[in-house]
Formats: sequence, C-alpha cells, structure tokens
Amino acid sequence: MYEIRLHSRGGQGGVTAAKILAHAASLDGKYSTATPLYGAERRGAPVVSFIRLDDKPIKVYSQVRNPDLVIVLDPGIMNMVDVLQGMKEGGEVLINSPNKPEMNGHRVYNIDLTGIALSLDLVVAGNPILNTPLLGALAKVGLVSRESVKKAISAAFSDERNATAALKAYEELVI
Amino acid sequence: MAEIPDDEYILKTTSACAGCSIPLCLRYITKAAGPDTVLVIPACCTSVIQGLYPNTAVNIPIYNVAFASAAAVASGMSEAFRAAGKKTNVICFGGDGGTVDIGIQALSGALERGTDFLYICYDNEAYSNTGMQRSGATPLGAATTTTPTGKKEFKKDLDAIVNAHNPVYMATACSAYPVDLYNKVEKALSIPGPKFMHILAPCPPGWRYPSDKTVALGKLAVQSGMWVLYERENGKMSLTGASKAAAKKRIPVEDYLKAQGRFKTATKENVAELQQMVENNFKRIEKEVEGIC
Amino acid sequence: MLNVGTGNKAVALAARDARPGVVAAYPITPQTEIVEEIANQVGAGNLDARYIPVESEHSAMAACIGVAATGTRTFTATSSHGLVYMCEMLHWAAGARLPIVMANANRALGPGWNIGSEHSDSLSMRDSGWLQVYASTVQEAYDATIIAFRIAENENVLLPVMINLDGFLLTHITQAFESVDPSGYLPDINTPHAIDINNPGGYGTLTANTEHFKFRHDIMKGMKNSVPIIERAEEEFAKQFGRKYGMTEDYMAEDAEVIIIAMGTLGKEMEVAVDKLREEGIKAGSVRVRWFRPFPDLKEKFEGKDLIVIDRDYSFGFGGILANELRAKTCCDPYSVIAGLGGQDVTYDDIAVFVRDRKPGEEFWFGVSE
Repeated sequence: MYEIRLHSRGGQGGVTAAKILAHAASLDGKYSTATPLYGAERRGAPVVSFIRLDDKPIKVYSQVRNPDLVIVLDPGIMNMVDVLQGMKEGGEVLINSPNKPEMNGHRVYNIDLTGIALSLDLVVAGNPILNTPLLGALAKVGLVSRESVKKAISAAFSDERNATAALKAYEELVI
Repeated sequence: MAEIPDDEYILKTTSACAGCSIPLCLRYITKAAGPDTVLVIPACCTSVIQGLYPNTAVNIPIYNVAFASAAAVASGMSEAFRAAGKKTNVICFGGDGGTVDIGIQALSGALERGTDFLYICYDNEAYSNTGMQRSGATPLGAATTTTPTGKKEFKKDLDAIVNAHNPVYMATACSAYPVDLYNKVEKALSIPGPKFMHILAPCPPGWRYPSDKTVALGKLAVQSGMWVLYERENGKMSLTGASKAAAKKRIPVEDYLKAQGRFKTATKENVAELQQMVENNFKRIEKEVEGIC
Repeated sequence: MLNVGTGNKAVALAARDARPGVVAAYPITPQTEIVEEIANQVGAGNLDARYIPVESEHSAMAACIGVAATGTRTFTATSSHGLVYMCEMLHWAAGARLPIVMANANRALGPGWNIGSEHSDSLSMRDSGWLQVYASTVQEAYDATIIAFRIAENENVLLPVMINLDGFLLTHITQAFESVDPSGYLPDINTPHAIDINNPGGYGTLTANTEHFKFRHDIMKGMKNSVPIIERAEEEFAKQFGRKYGMTEDYMAEDAEVIIIAMGTLGKEMEVAVDKLREEGIKAGSVRVRWFRPFPDLKEKFEGKDLIVIDRDYSFGFGGILANELRAKTCCDPYSVIAGLGGQDVTYDDIAVFVRDRKPGEEFWFGVSE
C-alpha cells in the first residue's frame, strides 16, 4: 500500500486534489481512498488529506502515520507543521516551489504550481488553482497515468485550462 | 347566507366535555372542507375528543402526531398528495399550546416554505387538555393552575407572527359564529398555498362558566372586542360579522371578564389594561382596514 | 455504473436510484453533502421528487412521517444532534409503522462541540423500533441504502431503517463504487395502512391500557420478522448485483481462538490487525456486526472464544453498548475496549495491541487506561 499525506491550506484545493487523485488511480485499475482530516475548517488554516493506493481493497481508515510521499502545496505551512513527521525511510516530498529545499535527505520534487496556475489565469476567488497542475506532476512522478489524470480532471472541472495546467506541470517537473 | 351542507363528518359520539366549543368548530370546518380532507392533530383536546381506539367520531382520515410536529407532518403530507396529483385538503387542527408555544417553529417553517395547507389554531387560551395550565395565549389576569393569582403577561400576538410570514389567506373566527367560520374555511381552501385561521374556542371547565353559556361567551368576547373577527387576503384586511359593529360600539371588557371564573383574580389594573389593549387594537385595525398602515 | 465519490455521495445516489416521491431533510455536519447532493439531483431533473427543506430535524422526520402516511416513498438523512433532536419522531415513525429510510452520519454529541465519529448518537436510539445497519465502505453505504427500502417496505416488517456511516471516516472518504438500477429489485411501495379518503379512519388515536401493549407486540413481531426478510433481501441483492452481505461480516473467524468485534469502519480496519496477528502466530479473527437491530444471533459463533469488543460509544453506568449486547445475548464476558470516541484515531496497530494485551471481563479506555 502506498500512502500519501497532503498538506495545504483551506481554500487551496488540497481536498479536491486528493479526490481527483483517488479517482485517477481507480481509473488506472487500482484501489484508492482519499480522506480529508477535518478540524474546524476555515479558509487559510492548515488542512491535511490522506490518499492510499493499493492493488487490493483498502481496509484502513485511520490516519496516515508513515507516508511514502508528502505533498506540500504551501511551503509557508512548514513554519507551523512538521510535514516530515513519521516519514517512511526512503519517503519522498513533492513541494509547490520554484526552489528545491533540503528536507532531511529525502528526495524532493519541486515544481512551481502557483506559477503555472497564474500563467494560465487559473484563479478562483483570488486563489490560484493548484490541484489540477498537481495531478500532472503526480503523473510525472509515476503514481497515476496521464490518461487517467486527464479523465479525472475533466470529470471534476469543465474549464479546459485545468487539463492544460496538468500537462504543463507534467512537462515542467524534472525527475 | 351560505348553504351549509347537511353532510356530517363529526359523529355524535365525541368524548368532549359538556359544552365544549371544539366539536362545534370541527363540525363546520369539516362541512366546509368535505370528504377529500385529512385532519392532522397534534397533542391537544382533539386528541381526546375524537374518541378512544378502536372508535373514532371523525368520518374523514384523522392523523394524530406529536405535539410540536403538526405543521411539519402536514408539509410532508401535502407535498406527497401534490406529487401524486391529488388535491386532498390537508388541515392541521391544533390547540393554542401546540401552536403558539411548542409548535410555532414547525408552523413558521411550513408557512415560510409556502406549504399548500390550512393551519387552524383553536384557542381556548390554556393547556386545557392537561387541566388548564397557562399557555402563551392565556390573557392577562386569567387564573390557571400555573398562574393561580392571575397571568402577569399579555397574550402572545400569534396573528402578528403569522402575518409576518405573508400567508395567502389568514382569518380569525369564533365558535359562536359558525357561519362566519364556515365561509372562511371554504374560502381558505379555495386558495392554493399556506393559509391560517385562529379560532377563539371558549372552554367551560377552563374558563369556569356554566356549560350552556359557550355560545354566549363567544359572543361577549367579540362584542367587547376581546376577540376580533377579520380576514386578511393577500395582505388586505377586512372585519367580518359582529366585529364590524364592535369596531364602532363595544360592550365593556369587564362584562366579558365577569362572566368567567378565571378572571376572579384579575385586578382593577388588569381590567383597565385589557380595556386599553382593546382600544389600541381597534385603532390599529381601523388604520390597517383603511390601508393607512 | 462505476462512480468515484464519498460515502455521503453514495448514499445520496442510492436515495436517488430508489426513486422516493418526497425527500425532507435538514443539513448537519458531516451529513450535509447528502442533503446537498439530493437537492442537486432533484434540481438537475435526475430525481423526480419533491424536496422539502425543513427548518429542523424534528420537522424533517415529521415531514417524512406525513409523506409515508400517504403511502409515498421517502428518505432523509441526519447526524448526531440532529438525530437526537428528532428522537420523539423516530419513535413515532416506528410506532406508526412507516417504512422511512434514513441515513445517519455517526457523530459525537456535545458538549464540547465535536464533529468526529462516534456511535453514541444512533445507539441511544436503539429502542425506538428502527432497524439499524452499519456500513464500512462507500460501496456498502450505497448498497445498504437500496436494500433498506426493500426491507422497510416489506408488509411483514413495515418499520423504518437507519443506515449508519461513520462521520468523516466514511461520509468523507472517496472510494470507487458501483451504482445500480434497482427498479427490478425494489417493487413499487405498497403501504397497506396508507391514508385513504375512501376508507377514512383514525391514526394514532388515543389507545387505552387494554390495547396499547398489543401494538407494541406487533412492532416486536415486525422486528422479529425482519431477520429472514433481511436475509432474503440481501441474497436477492447478491443474485442481481453480485455483492453479498449478511447480519455480520466475518473475517477468518471460523478457526480463530480470539475474535475482535466492532461496527463501522473499525470493523474493516480490524481485519488488517487480524492479518498482522496471524503473522505472529495468534489465531485471530473478526466479526463486524452490520445489523444492530435486529441483533444477530452470535451465541454459537462465539462459543469458547476469547472476545474483544471495540465500542465507539458508551452507556454511562453500564459499559460499552456493543459489549453489553453481546454479554446479554451470548453469556460471554469480553474484553471491552472503548476506542474512537469523537473521531479518536484508532489504527490496526492499536487494535493488534488490544488483542495481545486482552484481559477478559475488563474494560479498557484507549488513550486513558494504563
């Protein structure tokens, strides 16, 4: 079972990203679950979502304690939250940033999701849309297929710029 | 004068108290509504009056529900009938406790949602079914078992609350004027949407007067202006029946109060305050009828 | 049709597919998405039903009672304080023998305000005459909702059914699930005592002490009848749609020496604990109680086994509610673990520890007891 913990802020679309990822994985024929961890939800507050992927039915509902992958949609969150807590040995980090920070020796993928969203004017209520470019990046990392990402995104959003953003992220991410 | 049908839907086997005004009201309401009608009854005197299982004194479907729930049950029933293409009248018939107090939330919700139903509050101004405890509808000065020295507060203005919901039709009535009651029920049921009626229903044991004086008490209430007969259609108010005369000339409120044992504890100040309330009320009504407010 | 969505969405789509005539509902976290999704389905024309946006949960159940009284299929959903607020009407719905189907997102009761999962809400309604089933996956939430209509509306049952799903853990998890066309599975509703203006009668009339108990006895019979009807409804569902359910879901329980018992999502998570314990050489198994009312007959299954019951609930002054039911029904004295209250995180590793450290007959509060 492959376990992901996604850190974002309320309003950034992290919860939706987790849902689309689970959808894309199921289109690939995998079992998948996505769960938001809710507190008192409000705009701007740190939010955590969990995604699990497996080849057999997933029976686990508790929180992800030892992630294989940590996704950070807002690097500013790292001042408040220890995003590396419980990381598996060999676990990886995907961070929304034009720069590649050092993170306790873990392999780090960095990509400027905010820049991609802004370049396409993909902004809703003042927030750049990060979830659809994120899906493109995750396809590049190899978690899900590009085709399934495309299908899952079009099932969730009618605006075609979302698919463009995913493609752009796929192309920009350096592995 | 309206043709009152001979059909009877309230059979002569109710278990009401002697002199009770409620079967009289029900008789004329059901005559006006006809057989394609369901009565929804919250906990109230009518829970008892309709008879004891396996008998019923009501010859149309009568659905008993929990105290606070009548208007909400009626909402569901009305929507289900309309979904099935049926025109069946849904009439809530509840006491003042089940309407002005515990049931007001459900009533407010059903009115606000535009439910196609008629809510009738029969007001005997106390929790009569449990033996005369005060309700929000008990008038100032009246003694009940929970206000043994007389109620210190005025009666809650239910009609103003209902009016704030802009029902398509609302009216008051009194058991002493059954033809007026009949006409209003008939008119209410001819209009789709939320309708409301408020009926003064004198109660011999609760108000402490002889059982044969129920009609006389109702008349005193209207003649003194303590109860006003009116209707409000699409926001336009008009006085009806004996209240037209009462608007011009009234008997003193004291004549109505002294006919009942429950006002024995009322103070002189109470009487004056009630008289003043009646005067103010008619001033307000006069303006509304003339369309000034 | 394959869908990917939350437990809430699955319940809403099941309600849509069951084709109720009228839905009345009031939002409450974590159930709100059900109410919203049904409103969407009605708005989009996918469900030809009337939607009553009532002003409270008490009125939600009252309106459903009004709908069902006319012989029309109805549905609602609630959670926690909403369920407890409609308590009076829950009893009324069962007493009036109305086949109402309702989803309940299991959530803790305040104070303090807590929106996490807990079974105390539904279990406090256990004696109201409602059938209760607890789901553990998004697919099961969908299927149980469809099946519930068939059971509730059976003329030998005519009792309301509550489908329970763990707040957030199941209401908000996204999983793949298959929706079905249940038109061949759910016959048209036929309520024998529906209001009939051509055959007027009194409903819920004043009933004396010489009669009242007979009606209670009838409810008891309806509940008893429901056991074989549940079994047949679930068998028929398996035949038509390929997914099989039962009064319980057993995992490696047959040859087990120690059995873990729980409801809802913990009842799935514990299967992972069973796998771990088996690897260690502990002969563990698990039994997830699906139907809590009517309560399954587990006496034979549990004979001579060590039992560990995990309760996401508590009856103050007595103990874990599921543990108590098992004590009464099986004469076993289980190790009673109170865990997961208010959304407390409980992992399969934690459950494995409960098993290893079990003390039959004792009560253990996870996170509190030493």
